[in-house]
Amino acid sequence: MDSNGSGRRRFLKQTAAMAGAGLAGSAVWSGKGQSAETQAPPQAGHVHNEPPRRGARYTIDHMTHYTPLQDYAGIITPASLHFMQQHSSELPEIDADQHRLTVHGMVDRPLSFSMDDLKRLPSVSRVHFVECHANSSPGIHDADDPNMGLPVQFIHGMASCSEWSGVPLSVLLNMAGVQKEASWLVSEGGDAGKFTHTLPLAKAMDDVFVAYNQNGEPLRREQGYPIRLLVPGWEGPFNVKYLKHIKVVDQPYMTWNESMNHSVPRPDLGGKSRWYHFQWGPKSVITRPSAGMEMRRGYVQITGLAWSGAGMVKKVDISIDGGRNWKEAKLQGPIHSKAHTRFTFDWAWDGQEAELQSRCTDETGDIQPSLAELSKHWDTPLEEWRKANKPRAIHFNAIQPWKVARDGRITDAMFS
Amino acid sequence: MRCSLKLLVPAMILAAPLAALAAAPNYNVGTPLSQQEIQGFDRIIGPEGKELPPGRGTSKEGAEIFAKRCEVCHGKNGQNGIVRRLVVGSPGKPYRGNFYGSEANGPSYYPYPTIAWDYINRAMPASNPGSLKPDEVYALVAFLYYQNGIINENDVMDAKTLPKVEMPNKNGFVPAKPVYPIDPKQPSWY
Repeated sequence: MDSNGSGRRRFLKQTAAMAGAGLAGSAVWSGKGQSAETQAPPQAGHVHNEPPRRGARYTIDHMTHYTPLQDYAGIITPASLHFMQQHSSELPEIDADQHRLTVHGMVDRPLSFSMDDLKRLPSVSRVHFVECHANSSPGIHDADDPNMGLPVQFIHGMASCSEWSGVPLSVLLNMAGVQKEASWLVSEGGDAGKFTHTLPLAKAMDDVFVAYNQNGEPLRREQGYPIRLLVPGWEGPFNVKYLKHIKVVDQPYMTWNESMNHSVPRPDLGGKSRWYHFQWGPKSVITRPSAGMEMRRGYVQITGLAWSGAGMVKKVDISIDGGRNWKEAKLQGPIHSKAHTRFTFDWAWDGQEAELQSRCTDETGDIQPSLAELSKHWDTPLEEWRKANKPRAIHFNAIQPWKVARDGRITDAMFS
Repeated sequence: MRCSLKLLVPAMILAAPLAALAAAPNYNVGTPLSQQEIQGFDRIIGPEGKELPPGRGTSKEGAEIFAKRCEVCHGKNGQNGIVRRLVVGSPGKPYRGNFYGSEANGPSYYPYPTIAWDYINRAMPASNPGSLKPDEVYALVAFLYYQNGIINENDVMDAKTLPKVEMPNKNGFVPAKPVYPIDPKQPSWY
């Protein structure tokens, strides 16, 4: 008990120090933005002369980093700014030379792979977003913690996009010889909490890969060094980090994280919970201008990111009047499947009140829903979501409205 | 088009090993695992509890272990701790919903009786995961299930009895169908 207690105190002390020091130990940016005083979210016009900085929140059993979506251009999230949702209080230290990935369970030839083995196998490099299942959730809109950054960062910044490289999982599964009765697999990480998630075998054989590099460099510790699963287009928890064991099975295992953290009861399902959500729907957010920034009269380039778990982004529409009228934005290439896609829209602000929205349509024709539409589908009255204590929701892809006041201030208008 | 047998036969002989390479390349990597090695690390327990190891425990034994190893974070009897609330309902009175709030944090919400055993065994206590012996894990599960009103005080939990425990929220989940590929007509909010 004593060792438990002191371990917890050490953790709390450590994380408080990290948060207070602006993550000085691991931040790649030097100079400004490193002291506790400058941790408050930068005010209007901050995008100039400020290095991008990730937001952070640490609790006793979680560590979260938020990507500063407002501060970067293009579609690639640098590894240092990629979001992290760690379900434990520390990052594992894994010796890559000793690390082994096992493939066992319902296979003819159970195998163990070293890092050297994995790198000798055929490789792929693909640009994909990874997004936490809880990103953009109603509850996070009310977060009021300066360490978490601007609203677009802490509301939508648990989504990032990188070029990932690794070996297709189908190569490993074919080598092991999957038995014909098998239909799912369970992946287990080498972190203290043994993060575990089930995956349908058909998806695993399709486009899933075991990633060892991100944006050209080996994975960083926060991203699962030395290897992680990359499950394109699907919710974050499928992308198991510190990947250690793959067990081929014949049913979904619904382990602790899956049944508890990754399911939420819904009124439209009679208070029952959806058993796995899998694929992200079409989604977009205007990253600039967004809440916490200040609008100036005249030319404004509205820009942001759109993505979909179903494939490529086909179209992004912009509304400046709260969703009454829509005009098509320009999509800036390259456009990858299941990846962030940059959009831009030239506009001139006349000093009047406005409400900026973006709406994504993906290649399957699926259109990003408004909050009112989601509210109807999930049988959750809008008033419920406007309360301070909002109902939990995951898999949330409602259109994000930003309200522009006459004085140029921009605020989050999702629930107001 | 004419094709002489003289040319075709050598072509077929040449093509044969190429076809074999395309079907099942020999990458010459990976180390075969023995059943003994697999037993050493394969600790994930499925819904039917087929992988559960021998051992046994009761809620009384579990109460002592909980006080020593778990209470520091989860609070006395699994209530009011600094992390996850583990108990809703009470002995003899299982909680059946709703699960819109912190009620969903503990085992009363889980669809299968084996989930708590699997998680405690592999991931708890957070200060030293994997350090509990099977008897201790059975006892802790018995304690939590008794506190949640899921089993009786004197019920023994072991590899046979645990998978048969009737979970109060076992029908609280709606499976996604079809699993893969995703139906393109299925809306994202389904």
